[in-house]
Amino acid sequence: MTPEIKRVANVILLMFLALFLAASTMQVLNADSLNNDSRNQRAVYDGYKTQRGSILINNKPIAESIKTSDAYQYLRKYTGEQYSALTGFYSLYQGRTGLENFLDSSLRGDNSAQFFEQLNALFSGNPVTGASVELSIDEKVQQVAWDALGNKKGAVIAIEPSTGRILALVSKPGFDPNLLSTHNTADASANYKKLLTDKGAPLINRAIGGGLYAPGSVFKLVVASAAFESGNYTPQSLLPNPRTYTLPGTTTKITNSGESSCGGAKTVSIATALKLSCNIPFAQLGIALGQEAIAKQARAFGFGESINIPLKSTASVYPENMDAAQTGLSSFGQFDVRVSPLQMVMISAAIANAGVEMKPYLVDQIFTSNLTLLEEAKPTELRRSITTSTAERIKQMMVAAVSSGVSSNAQIPGIKVAGKTGTAENGVGQPYTLWFTGFAPADNPQVAVAVVIEDGGGQGQSGRGNTLAAPIAKKVMQAVLQK
Amino acid sequence: MASRVRVMPKKRNLELIMLLFGFGLYAFELAQVQLATIFILRPDAWFFWSLPVVAALAFHFVLRFRASDADPLILPITFLLNSLGIVIIYRLDLVKSLSALDRNVGERQVIWTVVAIVLAALVLFLVKSHLSFRRYIYISMALGVVLLILPLLPVIGKTVSGAHLWVNLGPLSFQPGELAKIALTIFFAGYLTSRREALAVVGRKTLGLRIPPARELGPIVFIWLASLAVLVLQRDLGTSLLYFGLFLVLIYVATGRVFYVLVGLVMFIAGALVASRLMSYVGGRLDGWLDPLNEANYSAVGGSYQIVQSMFGLAHGGLFGTGLGGGLPSIVPLAQSDFIISAIGEELGLVGLFAVLAMYMVLVSRALRIANAHADDFSKLLAVGLGFVIALQCFIVIGGVLRVVPLTGLTTPWLAAGGSSLVANWIIVALLLRLSDTLPKAGTVSA
Repeated sequence: MTPEIKRVANVILLMFLALFLAASTMQVLNADSLNNDSRNQRAVYDGYKTQRGSILINNKPIAESIKTSDAYQYLRKYTGEQYSALTGFYSLYQGRTGLENFLDSSLRGDNSAQFFEQLNALFSGNPVTGASVELSIDEKVQQVAWDALGNKKGAVIAIEPSTGRILALVSKPGFDPNLLSTHNTADASANYKKLLTDKGAPLINRAIGGGLYAPGSVFKLVVASAAFESGNYTPQSLLPNPRTYTLPGTTTKITNSGESSCGGAKTVSIATALKLSCNIPFAQLGIALGQEAIAKQARAFGFGESINIPLKSTASVYPENMDAAQTGLSSFGQFDVRVSPLQMVMISAAIANAGVEMKPYLVDQIFTSNLTLLEEAKPTELRRSITTSTAERIKQMMVAAVSSGVSSNAQIPGIKVAGKTGTAENGVGQPYTLWFTGFAPADNPQVAVAVVIEDGGGQGQSGRGNTLAAPIAKKVMQAVLQK
Repeated sequence: MASRVRVMPKKRNLELIMLLFGFGLYAFELAQVQLATIFILRPDAWFFWSLPVVAALAFHFVLRFRASDADPLILPITFLLNSLGIVIIYRLDLVKSLSALDRNVGERQVIWTVVAIVLAALVLFLVKSHLSFRRYIYISMALGVVLLILPLLPVIGKTVSGAHLWVNLGPLSFQPGELAKIALTIFFAGYLTSRREALAVVGRKTLGLRIPPARELGPIVFIWLASLAVLVLQRDLGTSLLYFGLFLVLIYVATGRVFYVLVGLVMFIAGALVASRLMSYVGGRLDGWLDPLNEANYSAVGGSYQIVQSMFGLAHGGLFGTGLGGGLPSIVPLAQSDFIISAIGEELGLVGLFAVLAMYMVLVSRALRIANAHADDFSKLLAVGLGFVIALQCFIVIGGVLRVVPLTGLTTPWLAAGGSSLVANWIIVALLLRLSDTLPKAGTVSA
């Protein structure tokens, strides 16, 4: 019987092995997905058991957990609406959004970097305190951007071109996250319903692309870059300059903005066409380059790619399979080209940074409650988007657009500003989308900025990028430079 | 005998040292759950600690005098499991609201532990040699069958979550199936000892398989029908699988013929499939087992809610657990009984769960060693049977929680709340100790 007993022992061993494997799968391999299941109450209870870390700007909290006497022990408090696009909200019943969501593991002390603290908590019984997060946002610049946008719907984003540090990120209208973090469930759900149905859609983060916008003329920066990168064009290359242009294969006539003559001559240089933001030369340039070349350049700037800053951005879109007419329209930012303000500021920053695109980031430091540094931002290069010489050429054209072109409202006395406005059409009778993107000082860029204004800034089809968006960008750039 | 007591005190001393370690650990666990849940040390911890400790110590001294050569690992491991079960049950009592119906499950578990240990000691006193069981083989069978039928009788039978496994005797509820497994193990061991020659006869060869004479298939068909009857009438796959699995393993060990195992498994699976088609409740259970996170299964009545809550608990525990008293195992329905493993996994983590599984493995391996060391067939089969019944029960019930097999109504040996389970499993402990004490040559089973 001995060999049989041995075989029975092996069978028993296999049975236990199955149990060991199943337990490991459930408790380790699948643990994250189970812990994040929306039906799991433990995460909710747990989240309130530990003191969640703060989100800080210049060491001052814009979101922090305050001790309360109710069952949840801690209440999440926020300072006003101007940071709502950054923090998002942390709510018992509506979950979490924004940095509260993307930095959740750090804020609740569950980051792998806090392993030893967790181990210590295991033995001492003291709960882990969440890590705090210091943002790269400049309090003053953020305030200026928030005020400058006024009551217009839109977004502003400002970054440091050489590092990718985000200095300001505003989306309007904002909302008060305290309305959702309240432990009074009836209030919280009523407030949430109100915010969800609000016509201004305050819960959408316009800066990183809750939805995307038609770029209009700011997209000409991408087409011009593609032209210079092809090696077949220089800023002085001449393009045909008719008063009207019929898109190939159609009867659709296009004109320049305001039906202008774009200098009046038979031909116009790329530099002048960009300075005056003429549509017809760019439509023809785009058709000549072909959609493949433009698509390649758009990808080199980051189109088609969602990035985490750590907020997750919506990928910008350059359409595929267009005919020549559609390629022409898309070359001045119409048809189905769609971009986020983040994408636009990344383009300006890449031009400012001699063609190298840095990864935008919001978090400078993450540290524990006893100030041990867990993570520190390291500027990282995303890619080279254009050559140094292309960057220099585009920059000069953008400087001219501000100093003597149609983007004049971004001028700052005594400082060379590079910029490009955009006024995108959204269909018959629809208000325009207004844009500005640029950087300053042109020779030593400290800040790149993108401004978008929805609904024509309240002026329907009479508002222009230069009249409404450029002044806001100017104030934001000044705020950075005056420090 | 008397001389052996003096010659071989080593095993008992080793047992005592390990027991003392277990007593210390138990005290630490009790203090930990009180501090973690009610933030103070309360004197009732003494009640929970002292009664099982005194009982286990008394049992140790019974062993010194009645079975001094018995295996030294079995008692300490059983005590560790039993006491951990009490701690978890008590810990769940502590967080129940004041209006909860049943807040004294832990106290009852302590009382039952003492009762079970006393009964196990009694078995050691009464049973000088397990070989005497050979005289009561058919009485064992009758006893086992009666115990299995009891829950089906009117008035005293009771249905818990669809399964008919319980008996009501006045204020006491009892799961007779737990005791039946001992009676049936004795019966199988005895029956197979006398029939193994006949069953092992090599019959004619068909299709590469040596098929025994048809009349020798009688008993296997009988046990198969009985198992299916348990499945259909008691509505519990686990109990049915436990007895049939036990029988198959013993017939294999007795005859050395894989044929029986193969045929038996095919018959059982076929029977279970047919039965599941005929009974509607099985289908829902299978869906809940295969895809518990599916919203439809989750929200269905009698669906996967319970197992999903247990999965959340286990995931919450992760590698190291939340610490005793630090988790939220009370969210899982039946955390004190069917899902006690989930509570252990949540609070002691994967590490703690591995430790518990390892303890069961050591225990089972001791039983198999005892089987190997015995020379006679009956002792071998009895030891293998008792060891395997523990292993299979662990596999079915823990595997149910961990989704290796569908959920069934069996209890986790020594851990889960319930008197019948404790009594039955402590009697198995007594039998294994008796078996290890009566090895043909002293010292064959070493620590």
